[in-house]
Amino acid sequence: MSNESTLSRRGFLVKLGILFNGLVAAALAVPIVGYILSAITRRREVSYLSWVSLGPVSDFPEGETRLASFRNPDVMPTDGKTVDTACWVRRIAGDQFQVFAVNCMHLGCPVRWFPQSALFMCPCHGGAYYRDGSRASGPPLRGLFEYPRKVLNGVVMIQAGVLPTPSASLAPVGKKSSCA
Amino acid sequence: MISQIGDWFDQRLQLAAPIRQVAEHPVPRSAASWWYVFGTAALTVFILQIVTGILLALIYVPSGAEAWSSLQALNHDVTLGWFIRAMHGWGSNFMVAIVLIHMVQVFLFGAYKFPRELTWIVGVFLLLMTLGMAFSGQVLRFDQDAYWGLGIGASILSRVPLIGPALVKLMLGGPIIAGATLSRFFALHVFVIPGLLIGFVSVHLLMVLKLGINDWPMPGRVVKRATYLSEYHALTKRDGAPFVPYAVWKDMFFAAFVLLAVGACALYFGPFGPTGRPDPTIIQTVPKPDYFFLWLYALLSLLPPSLETPVLLIGPVVVILLLLLLPFLSGEGEKSWRRRPIAVLTVLLIAIMLGTFTHLAEFAPWSPHMNAWSADPVPEQFLRGTTALERRGALVFQAKQCRNCHSLGERGGQRGPALDSVAVRLTQDQLIRQVIQGGGNMPAYGKNLSPAETTALVAFLRTLHPAGQAAARDASREIVLGDGPEKATQP
Repeated sequence: MSNESTLSRRGFLVKLGILFNGLVAAALAVPIVGYILSAITRRREVSYLSWVSLGPVSDFPEGETRLASFRNPDVMPTDGKTVDTACWVRRIAGDQFQVFAVNCMHLGCPVRWFPQSALFMCPCHGGAYYRDGSRASGPPLRGLFEYPRKVLNGVVMIQAGVLPTPSASLAPVGKKSSCA
Repeated sequence: MISQIGDWFDQRLQLAAPIRQVAEHPVPRSAASWWYVFGTAALTVFILQIVTGILLALIYVPSGAEAWSSLQALNHDVTLGWFIRAMHGWGSNFMVAIVLIHMVQVFLFGAYKFPRELTWIVGVFLLLMTLGMAFSGQVLRFDQDAYWGLGIGASILSRVPLIGPALVKLMLGGPIIAGATLSRFFALHVFVIPGLLIGFVSVHLLMVLKLGINDWPMPGRVVKRATYLSEYHALTKRDGAPFVPYAVWKDMFFAAFVLLAVGACALYFGPFGPTGRPDPTIIQTVPKPDYFFLWLYALLSLLPPSLETPVLLIGPVVVILLLLLLPFLSGEGEKSWRRRPIAVLTVLLIAIMLGTFTHLAEFAPWSPHMNAWSADPVPEQFLRGTTALERRGALVFQAKQCRNCHSLGERGGQRGPALDSVAVRLTQDQLIRQVIQGGGNMPAYGKNLSPAETTALVAFLRTLHPAGQAAARDASREIVLGDGPEKATQP
């Protein structure tokens, strides 16, 4: 055993060994953390934020709200049916559309449209919305989520690759409209 | 011969002595009680979950495209696959229940006090991991409930300030609920959490052995840091008995009984789900969480909207912190529940609260009945002797989905008040105002009803009063307009 105040050869080598392992661990942590965070990083946004088609304008009668579905632009082989998503399409008149996510603004349950009373109702906690997506009653604080939309060559297109949640970049009705 | 083989192994392993020491360590005679069997039972069910989990993994495919079909195959094609699924599902329910009972027992018996504080803290993490297993297991049963349950989880997570959207993507493994989501919950449920559980259970058990089983709490026998250890030591010396066989037989009997109960439930009730295919284009679904999260489902519909986010985000942190700090807040003092009324009341209050919420969630009065407008006709007694206008009103009442939220004759939704005697509560003008403008949690129907429809609807609503009770009327209006009692005071 060496004197405590002086650093022995073995003690030095142990410390060097710890340092060496620490460096290797730090180097390996970079790809590991990068792999784990790949779900957050923006590289895939190009793909899932591209515009998808809901079908020709003529599929949607004026003054009515219809259920449409689309396939997420970003598909992995193991996704199965989960990449097919429904949305509510309201054709006000001509090329004027509103496209709502089916997810309730409260906690994301699928809302259903009742044309007779012109209300969207949520089966989970009883949220209700008017035909323009604004909040009617129940626990939701704001209106339905609205996808950015456009009509291109007679086809209704939306940008809908992200699950609508209260903090996602989608604009809920009654806050601000993201697209004319 | 057998002892020779045994000796051969022990010469190399050298485990016989420590095992004998563990088995025969003295426990207070008072601790050999039927109240002390829940820990072993929890461990037994955990082992059952590992075994049945491995068996399920032989068939189950953790892929968004195939998980649901592989569950169907387990239920219908693989011999006894349904039984293994049922055992795993019921085992999960039993495990959560037993862990909770174990925790309540430890709390009421003061077993978390000095020197067993760390045993309790590790136990709190074991509870959290058990709940994590229950939730992630529900996701692996990749059906409609799992899909929309994930959506609810994402919705809650997204409310975290600043990093909410990033957390959601991290949880889902991408921008939406898809194959990657299932894969990461599979990794959590099968590798990460069970690995941690095994580690934490080992530490938990080690401490139980090292520190000794909690002595039976006697009122007046107060825990003091300075003297407890020597008192406990003296107790086990004076009035102790070897754990094996003195106490262990009760653990063994109860563990076997619990396994039998899981098996019986599995046999009788069968496996859980899967419900419909996880296809987000099928929106005719009413997602509901599994039993142990039903109280949360109730809480989320009953909280005032403005309180929801704070309660969801701060509530769990406060609860977990309180649980972790408990042994430091009351690490000494009385152990017996007879001298700890606040502890007993706390347990009762929490149990009643969770029980009430769970009970409410079972029939969910806050959810509209989405089919009531077409499936629950207006009961006959409300239409007898009505005029043409009032019957037209009953049609409007039905067609405009009023029944989804309002019941008549105890049929229909319970989201809004029952309308069997609404005419007694509201005058004609108040009814018109309520229908057109809504309010008090009711949507406004002004834009969706023509004046004729409103007139008919209100005429029908005016007939909804008990036979012996007149409809409410506005007396001042009659005097001002001088048109006598309102027409609608009808039979």
